[in-house]
Amino acid sequence: MKNLLPPLPRRIAVALVLPVTLIAAWWITSADSQSFYFPPLQMILQTFGKLWFSPQGLSDVEPSLWRLSVGYVAAAFLGIAIGIPVGASRNLRNVLEPVLEFLRAIPPPVLVPVLILFAGLGNEMKALVILFGCIWPVLLNTVAGVRALDEVLAETVRSYRIGGLARLWHFVLPGASPQIFTGLRQSLSIGIILMVISEMYAARDGIGFVLVQYQRTFAIPEMWSGIIMLGIIGIVLSLIFRAIEAWLLGWYHGLRQSQRAG
Amino acid sequence: MDRAVKPMLEVTGLRKVYEDASRTVEAIRDVSFSVGEGELVCIVGPSGAGKTTLLKCIAGLLAPTAGAVVVEGTPVIGPPPSMAVVFQEYGRSLFPWMSVHDNVALPLKQKKMAAERREELVRNALAAVDLKGVDTAYPWQLSGGMQQRVAIARAVAYEPHVLLMDEPFAAVDAQTRADLEDLIRVLWHQLRVTVLFVTHDIDESVYLGQRVLVMSHAPTVIMEDVIIDLPEERTQLETRSMARFGELRKHIYSQIQLAKQGWRPPSK
Amino acid sequence: MPAAQAIGVRARLTARTFIWLQGLAGLVGFALLLEIVPRIGIVSPDYLPPFSAIMVALFKEMTTAEFWTALSDTLEAWAIGFVISVVAGVTIGIAIGSSHLLRNLTHSTIEFLRPIPSVALIPLAVLLFGSQIQSTLVLVVYASFWPVLIQVLYGVQDVDPVARETARSYGLGTWAQIRYVTWPTTLPYLMTGIRLAAAVALILAITSEVAIDTQGLGKEISDTESGGAVAIMYAYVIVAGIIGVIVNLGARALERRVLAWHPSVRLDAAEAGA
Repeated sequence: MKNLLPPLPRRIAVALVLPVTLIAAWWITSADSQSFYFPPLQMILQTFGKLWFSPQGLSDVEPSLWRLSVGYVAAAFLGIAIGIPVGASRNLRNVLEPVLEFLRAIPPPVLVPVLILFAGLGNEMKALVILFGCIWPVLLNTVAGVRALDEVLAETVRSYRIGGLARLWHFVLPGASPQIFTGLRQSLSIGIILMVISEMYAARDGIGFVLVQYQRTFAIPEMWSGIIMLGIIGIVLSLIFRAIEAWLLGWYHGLRQSQRAG
Repeated sequence: MDRAVKPMLEVTGLRKVYEDASRTVEAIRDVSFSVGEGELVCIVGPSGAGKTTLLKCIAGLLAPTAGAVVVEGTPVIGPPPSMAVVFQEYGRSLFPWMSVHDNVALPLKQKKMAAERREELVRNALAAVDLKGVDTAYPWQLSGGMQQRVAIARAVAYEPHVLLMDEPFAAVDAQTRADLEDLIRVLWHQLRVTVLFVTHDIDESVYLGQRVLVMSHAPTVIMEDVIIDLPEERTQLETRSMARFGELRKHIYSQIQLAKQGWRPPSK
Repeated sequence: MPAAQAIGVRARLTARTFIWLQGLAGLVGFALLLEIVPRIGIVSPDYLPPFSAIMVALFKEMTTAEFWTALSDTLEAWAIGFVISVVAGVTIGIAIGSSHLLRNLTHSTIEFLRPIPSVALIPLAVLLFGSQIQSTLVLVVYASFWPVLIQVLYGVQDVDPVARETARSYGLGTWAQIRYVTWPTTLPYLMTGIRLAAAVALILAITSEVAIDTQGLGKEISDTESGGAVAIMYAYVIVAGIIGVIVNLGARALERRVLAWHPSVRLDAAEAGA
């Protein structure tokens, strides 16, 4: 029975076994590939290096990330700013909840054609699409988080006459933050989808646009390398998000662990 | 005892009625009493006696339906700055995202004071409740008794004139409860603060208090205001085995039994 | 006192009705806003027709066969992809989750593949399947498989080891263990996964229709936009929203019925998201 915690090298090895095997299998089975759609992995990786580590490649990724950041951060701010008063007022919640649930149920990609009407084909359109798609999970989760604030803690805050901004900063925001982060996580996935879709649909630059170009011109190895690039962007953003969440919600993870243990 | 010259806290004709869509509940019918400066008064009663409601009305957290609460001559309309409350659910009344130090310091940040003074108060309060070396720990890393000490330290650092405690030791094990009871008496002596202590534990109320207010069942009135004429110096072992302790205890116990049967003082 | 109880029940019903009315008021207010804003010109009615015009367009569309084909195409892609994800997620999840070794081996791969956006597969899907439903299914299954898998893994891990040991000592075979020990614990987590997967599957189904032009509501929206039939476009947007609401509510109702037996999991459900 492996009851002892495995030493670090062993853990790294276990983590790497399957991925390395899969990549090796991909490499080997595609090595002699004549298939048009599935070129050898070797070729893909070579193209990847050529393409994405060049100034050209980076200039394709940069606008995408820029639009995503602007839209996502704006959605986060607005979602939290609106979510807090709505969450705090039972009447506001009752009135707005059906409307908000409807708006969030509209599949975000649908907004791309709609917003093209309003904002044309430029950067604003894409940032707006991301904003409109990302705001709902943040907003609704903020509402849920504010609603679920501990009553005893709320009374403690009142008894010590902590109000206004201090109450918001020290009580409401930290108290709702675990739920808010759940919303932010969902929003990140939606934001990436919208970033890519809006660029595939109507753009002149960006990774979505580039990917569609490769596919249309049958530049297959480049297309595959683009897919891998998009995958890497997704992974890196997810890691950054997790790191930020671990930093801000460290207290929460500790709290939940102690609750589970007790 | 000549300490109680001017009343620190006066409750007059307090009445609290809860109304919601389906029914009306008269939790408190008529409660009047006063607490002198520096007194330690316990409130005891059967469960359902509206003790917590009473405390919340006094603390300004709940608006009474009728009657008045006056603290140091000023009527209470919201939580007054000279009061601090210690709740029963210590786990939920401490901020889990702040360290022990920050938990104690937060209410002080509302009272404009120099940072050094604030730090001094925090340090002294934590020392007063006998908590060493937990400044940077989080509340959920501590045991239940230690968490309640943090809550008490927070109240102490606030330098209140009146300390309200709502069954603070109900959720703590017996040995810890004994330690905390002694801690309260020590703090009370040191700080000369006025204490209103709500409990369902009769022994605790007799051990701690100078007076014990016995509550009836809802709609609540005061059944009796019992003077605890035990010596000022009290210890768990000796005081609790005194004959007078047993008498007082028995008296209050029988009052509570009457209360549970619905008996109330005449004309109430 | 029956009379007092009756009054109590009536009062509670009135309170609930009041909440419903408040929500209705919100919806009506929203519709009014949509009616007034284009009419008084804050936004050009070319971009945003008044609510009444959209409703007229919607009812007209509902009389066409095209509308119902598009709707059923979307629902078909959604349903097939969703079912495949759930079945795959449950079987793979239980298989992996039951073995300590498999869990450790696959952990890094899962964490690596999970954040890859399914839209990355769009060019590949287009090359292989063009605008047929298979393209949509690739996206839908890839996206909605992960929430199910992750939740099932959480569920299997949450199984009380004492319960499992007891089952083993009574000689219960693998299948019986899964049925009596693993499954009841995993079920609430699975419900959460299903709720998430249902919503994601719908989003990706429509994404594929917008981006790849496969048949369905998304394609109608994109076509009407480029064709300038703005009111009809919004009609389809509203339909997409209503479908989304029905899917969300349905999944949540299902989840709540199961969660009613497992109150301890409520906190984890909240963590999975509102």
